[in-house]
Amino acid sequence: MLVNEVINAKDLPVMEFDGIIVGGGGAGMRASLQLAESGLNTAVISKVFPTRSHTVSAQGGITCAIQSDDPDDDWRWHMFDTVKGSDYIGDQEAIEYMCSEGPKAVFELEHMGLPFSRTEEGRIYQRPFGGQSKDYGKGGQATRTCAAADRTGHSLLHTLFQANLKAGTNFLNEWFAVDLVLNADKAVVGVIAFKIETGEIYYIKSKATVLATGGAGRIYSSTTNALINSGDGIGMALRAGMPVQDIEMWQFHPTGIHGAGTLVTEGCRGEGGYLLNKDGERFMERYAPNAKDLASRDVVSRSMALEILEGRGCGPNADHIFLRLDHLGPEVVHKRLPGITELSKTFAGVDPAVQPIPVVPTCHYMMGGIPTNINGQVISVEHGEDKIVDGLYAAGEVACVSVHGGNRLGGNSLLDLVVFGRAAGLYIEESMKQGIEVKDASNDDIEKALERLNRLNASTEGDQVSVLKEKMQQNMQNNFGVFRRGDLMEKGIEELAKTREEVNDIFLQDKSATFNTARIEALEMQNLFEVAEATAITANERKESRGAHARDDFTERDDENWLKHSIYYADTKEVSKRDVNYRPKTVQAFQPMVRSY
Amino acid sequence: MSAAAIPVAQIKTITMSIYRYDPTLDKKPYMQDIIVEVPTDKDIMVLDALHLAKAQEPSLSYRRSCREGVCGSDGMNINGKNGLACVTPLSEVIKRNKITLRPMPGLPVVRDLIVDMKQFYDQLEKVRPYLITKSDSPDIERTQSPEDREQLDGLYECILCGCCSTSCPSFWWNPDKFLGPAALLQSWRFIADTRDEATDERLDDLEDAFSLYRCHGIMNCVSVCPKGLNPTEAISNIRNKLLTRKKA
Repeated sequence: MLVNEVINAKDLPVMEFDGIIVGGGGAGMRASLQLAESGLNTAVISKVFPTRSHTVSAQGGITCAIQSDDPDDDWRWHMFDTVKGSDYIGDQEAIEYMCSEGPKAVFELEHMGLPFSRTEEGRIYQRPFGGQSKDYGKGGQATRTCAAADRTGHSLLHTLFQANLKAGTNFLNEWFAVDLVLNADKAVVGVIAFKIETGEIYYIKSKATVLATGGAGRIYSSTTNALINSGDGIGMALRAGMPVQDIEMWQFHPTGIHGAGTLVTEGCRGEGGYLLNKDGERFMERYAPNAKDLASRDVVSRSMALEILEGRGCGPNADHIFLRLDHLGPEVVHKRLPGITELSKTFAGVDPAVQPIPVVPTCHYMMGGIPTNINGQVISVEHGEDKIVDGLYAAGEVACVSVHGGNRLGGNSLLDLVVFGRAAGLYIEESMKQGIEVKDASNDDIEKALERLNRLNASTEGDQVSVLKEKMQQNMQNNFGVFRRGDLMEKGIEELAKTREEVNDIFLQDKSATFNTARIEALEMQNLFEVAEATAITANERKESRGAHARDDFTERDDENWLKHSIYYADTKEVSKRDVNYRPKTVQAFQPMVRSY
Repeated sequence: MSAAAIPVAQIKTITMSIYRYDPTLDKKPYMQDIIVEVPTDKDIMVLDALHLAKAQEPSLSYRRSCREGVCGSDGMNINGKNGLACVTPLSEVIKRNKITLRPMPGLPVVRDLIVDMKQFYDQLEKVRPYLITKSDSPDIERTQSPEDREQLDGLYECILCGCCSTSCPSFWWNPDKFLGPAALLQSWRFIADTRDEATDERLDDLEDAFSLYRCHGIMNCVSVCPKGLNPTEAISNIRNKLLTRKKA
């Protein structure tokens, strides 16, 4: 059966696996590795060949207290930094788990062959990153980010792919997962997916489905994210009646290359680089007297945006900031930051060993996502109570476990995806051993997951994807950026509401079944739209400033009312609150404090 | 990139001559000229121009992901030379307002600029592209000196785009037997890694008339590699290793 036909559930061929993972990035391949190594029949469904996933673009490193640079380093200090970085809405049980399990996960990567840079002693090289401290903020800057030059994500992703080849994981490469299949008990029992090359479509049945589809930075017009980051897992979850948590929290990375949006790692500032305004002033000294250029990303991005707004931006249009590296000398720049050198030459026409790089805050990371517990199990919230969704797991950027809360620290995303990809794998392995009984999906159940494809095939007129996408991206960029304001957000929400039907009834002109990228882009656009709408409505609802969410009309953090996760459901478009976890298992919880750097 | 947002005075039109083929619709491949408007006040990449073409002609198909030269999706033949569309500035390849784009040569075309990479990946898997160790792992990381780690520079950066292997005549002739520059670079990446403990087995696997020795050193791979890597050198390193092993 082909994707461009009228698709019936009763004629749909079925493939079955013990566990399926949707997404072939770092989280997905760490989960699949765990399952494949335990002998389970495991498949990764990835819309691109796995090494083309966005993890490949991560540069600076993976933050973890492995005690290479500092033998006295302590995962509890890392935990403190992460809690503070999250502006106190990160779940402390999850952060504790990530920081304490982290070293094990990092050493495993090294054992798999990850080509980390090395110290003179032959240990893994670590560099300073933003928001890092020793001794619970009292001992100055820490040096905790493990690096493979400035290609850590590339090295990590390729290493995980290699390890999966070795373990015998089944790869369904260039397959597109359309929607989740739920049985009568509302348990997830697999996905509808098609092979992009031929258009052959299947119900892929499994007792454990892991969403590891990454982020959705393409809801904004200016982003460091790959073109494939369309929030597919978020779209699938929202359509299936699951919630998203803290989806209003979007990280704007301080240093995207002006004009191109491509990322320049925080590691540049870790290695000693700093930001300058048009007067040649190191302005971060004013905003963050202690940490300066290595303050948290939300703090640095806001400071840069203010400099530009107040007319101190660089260039003829005063619309960017300079990142200076030349004082480090060509040796450091070329050896520690070779990828940055290449990107700066290609996208900004400058050699950072000689000239500063023009940068602007650029959409980078989705802190929110599908709420999960530390085993990766997806949680829905019913009448204020957490309830586990059977059969569904999420890990990595698509998930909100939540270790990043309102603001993610640099180097914590790679750690998040290996630690929680692994944790989901371990949990599934264990539960499979104990045996899982689930009801099969009925034809009606499967039919629901086919709706979107059939509607697209039936479309005869309407708007093209490129037009709808640009409209949405401009809206998000203008109304839900670094600084936010109620009246503008309401305007933005209205605009989205007006486009909703057009997006549902998107026009697919090209109906070919063979590698039809127009069909993929239409399906991706619908996923992006779900993320955009969820972001917009939730952002307007959170009436305070916290982490990356900075409002001109509610400038203060409001712990009384908003020391909470936001929870959003697409069917009601309503936002509710969920308690933040302040119950770590082995240490005292870190209580909210004034957050200064 | 929006053409509509740019004032008319700063726009020029270019012709993109693009290889088109959808096996379910077309009897044979053909070249289609698509006229696109590009800005004159700044350079754009070939991939940006392709997006403009696709906005007009949504059926146009090509792979793309990171758009910054690190994922290796958009390898294609640009004016006769393989490269990545996303890091190739239009100004460098445009000739008389025209640019010609074809799929990478030597592999079956799936559709338009998309080739079937199966043979390329199969060859990669043959070199067992993963670290093989026999000794027990320590509780922390294995140590490796900075000098030993440096041996991997110029090897680990490969993005598997396929530009090299699909520009190699030896690979065109024997894509099932000759491993090709990309796979051999990966082979050397693991032989050169002081942590790997399977050098002998790896060398054994390469000791036949085709796998390695079909490389004739014409260095097309080096001239097209978008990451500036040198597969020919890796191949000759493997040859030397085989040679010294024989002597020993």
